[in-house]
Amino acid sequence: MSVTVYVPNDSAAIGLGANATAQAISRIAAERGISIRLIRNGSRGLFWLEPFVEVVTTEGRIGYGPVEAHDVPSLFDAQFLQGGSHRLRLGAPESIPYLAGQERLTFSRVGIIDPLSISDYEAHGGGRGLRAALQAEPGDLVEEISQSGLRGRGGAAFPAGIKWKTVLNARAEQKYIVCNADEGDSGTFSDRMILEGDPFVLIEGMVIAGLAVGATEGYIYLRSEYPHALSILLAAIQNAHEAGYLGSNLLGTGKRFQLHVRRGAGAYICGEETAMLESLEGKRGMVRPKPPIPALSGLWGRPTLIHNVMTLAAVPLILDKGGAFYAGFGAGKSRGTLPFQLAGNIKRGGLVEKAFGVTLREMLYEFGGGSASGRPIRAVQVGGPLGAYLPESKFDTTLDYESFAAAEAMVGHGGIVVFDDTVDMAKMARYAMEFCAIESCGKCTPCRIGSTRGVEVIDRVIQGKQRTENLTLLRDLCDTLSNASLCAMGGLTPSPVLSALTHFPEDFHRAPALAPGGRASRTIRRH
Amino acid sequence: MESRHPANTSPTVLGTQDLLATIDSVIAANRSVAGALLPMLHGIQDLLGYVPSTAVPRLADALNLSQAEVHGVLSFYHDFRTVPPGRHILRLCRAEACQAMGCDALETHLQKRHGLTFHETSTDGAVTLEPVYCLGNCACAPSVLVDGEVRGRVTSEKLDRWIQELRTTAGGNP
Repeated sequence: MSVTVYVPNDSAAIGLGANATAQAISRIAAERGISIRLIRNGSRGLFWLEPFVEVVTTEGRIGYGPVEAHDVPSLFDAQFLQGGSHRLRLGAPESIPYLAGQERLTFSRVGIIDPLSISDYEAHGGGRGLRAALQAEPGDLVEEISQSGLRGRGGAAFPAGIKWKTVLNARAEQKYIVCNADEGDSGTFSDRMILEGDPFVLIEGMVIAGLAVGATEGYIYLRSEYPHALSILLAAIQNAHEAGYLGSNLLGTGKRFQLHVRRGAGAYICGEETAMLESLEGKRGMVRPKPPIPALSGLWGRPTLIHNVMTLAAVPLILDKGGAFYAGFGAGKSRGTLPFQLAGNIKRGGLVEKAFGVTLREMLYEFGGGSASGRPIRAVQVGGPLGAYLPESKFDTTLDYESFAAAEAMVGHGGIVVFDDTVDMAKMARYAMEFCAIESCGKCTPCRIGSTRGVEVIDRVIQGKQRTENLTLLRDLCDTLSNASLCAMGGLTPSPVLSALTHFPEDFHRAPALAPGGRASRTIRRH
Repeated sequence: MESRHPANTSPTVLGTQDLLATIDSVIAANRSVAGALLPMLHGIQDLLGYVPSTAVPRLADALNLSQAEVHGVLSFYHDFRTVPPGRHILRLCRAEACQAMGCDALETHLQKRHGLTFHETSTDGAVTLEPVYCLGNCACAPSVLVDGEVRGRVTSEKLDRWIQELRTTAGGNP
């Protein structure tokens, strides 16, 4: 009987050599006349252990990692296919504290199943939400989502139920579901992991959303920086069609839903929902003024339900187990779980799905194990490039929407980027302005011009020119950006800048470098 | 091998007629797609490695847009190139998580050791260096994308090795 071996096909695992590991396992098994069944799964999200190889033994799955290609012969020598002992043996994956301490709802199948196998998906609970939804009335589906307390996971945290109700009640011949898979925030990769590790859950979530609000067509706007996720998603859509999860006769009920994929083209602003709609329509990704809200007038002017990947991927479970089950997790008004992502200078980087309410400190030290460099953690940016930088004194803030808002920060998409004590926060503040200048759509003046002026003002501060006056000017400029920008790009760029200034003022008062030039004084290039 | 925009495969060796035929085939294949301009631009760049200026009037004509509108879209998105790239494309992530792990030093190394600066192609036509803002590989920073494949925990030594390989190999990029 052949032994089943799992080697992740997640792009982060591949980036650490998973393909070479998989090839070595196949080759050596063939050389030694051993029959194996090699499955390319998603990643468990324990990236310091990737490539993370699992074998199915009589005692369940046993993990080994990190397994590089040159480790493979010794694994065969150690009888790893029977779970034999080896210096890389980690035991049952679920017993690893990093995984054991999580509450995996959205990620329940990622790293476990073959991402392209519908039968594997259904064997692990997939498809039940859709089957329930196909028998339900639209209003009841919307009610279930409202009860779950689910809020938009893309960053704005708007209650999903209200959005669904608005689209349901909008009258139009055609409505759309649009999935925002333009995961552009640095420090985030949960959307990518779902797309690569369990794409059917997103597809199922979109179909359910379509049934609930009366939309028969959906679009996934996927960033071009994720070519591997794109190929897996396209294969998954084809398999979903063949299994009746998509098309004109959903699971034999006669109901229909068509799904299209569009590639972004490297513009961060297209993660903003109205810019994304413009891009989907084939135009420049320019932000639209609101109102009208997309729920009433969205894609091609039709009512459109827009959600991030994580929001839609939470939907099948809510329909399967009920809104109350999902709402049973979380803290305060932040219900359910959020797949947090530990990134940057962190020892154990990866995916940590937890109910809201865990503290940032627990994330950084209990899960993350401190910095990768071994130096003290000095600053943490939560919520992407528009999120605040937090100092050690704020690490006990609990990760939920309200607590973070009270700390003048945001949870956003759950990305946590860690910096050690070598970071120069004046440089990071400058980068925030530079990024805004590069990525601004250019529609509103505060963002388009203010970001460039912001870089110049911070440069003068760094160079020690009229510091007091320029810091006053910088705060004034941030005030304009915050209050007069059309969307969150300009509106929130002051957040990393001002938090750096507030929490790390010493970095803005250093003796200027002797020679001008180098990175700090480089002018902005339009990329 | 010493041409200004060298690329040893399709872009420069394609004659004008072949270039136009490629553009027209992409337009024809996407004509019925809703919001077709981006899919068409991607289709052209996938095949040619860039979007030649000759594509602009043809796209405008096919989609009933002005050339200014097509140019506006083409120039808005960072992905689209209007000159042929090198044989291989190296994209270095500049975003925060990669900065926390030293991507600035890699940028400097690429410039000093290999003469590579952003948006430019090495003189031998082997490698075009481009910045990218997040590859979703932030737990394994710093990251690069080499001809579409993510590589994590990049060091200057690894870059030296890979660039040596890229300089001696064809293909990768159309």
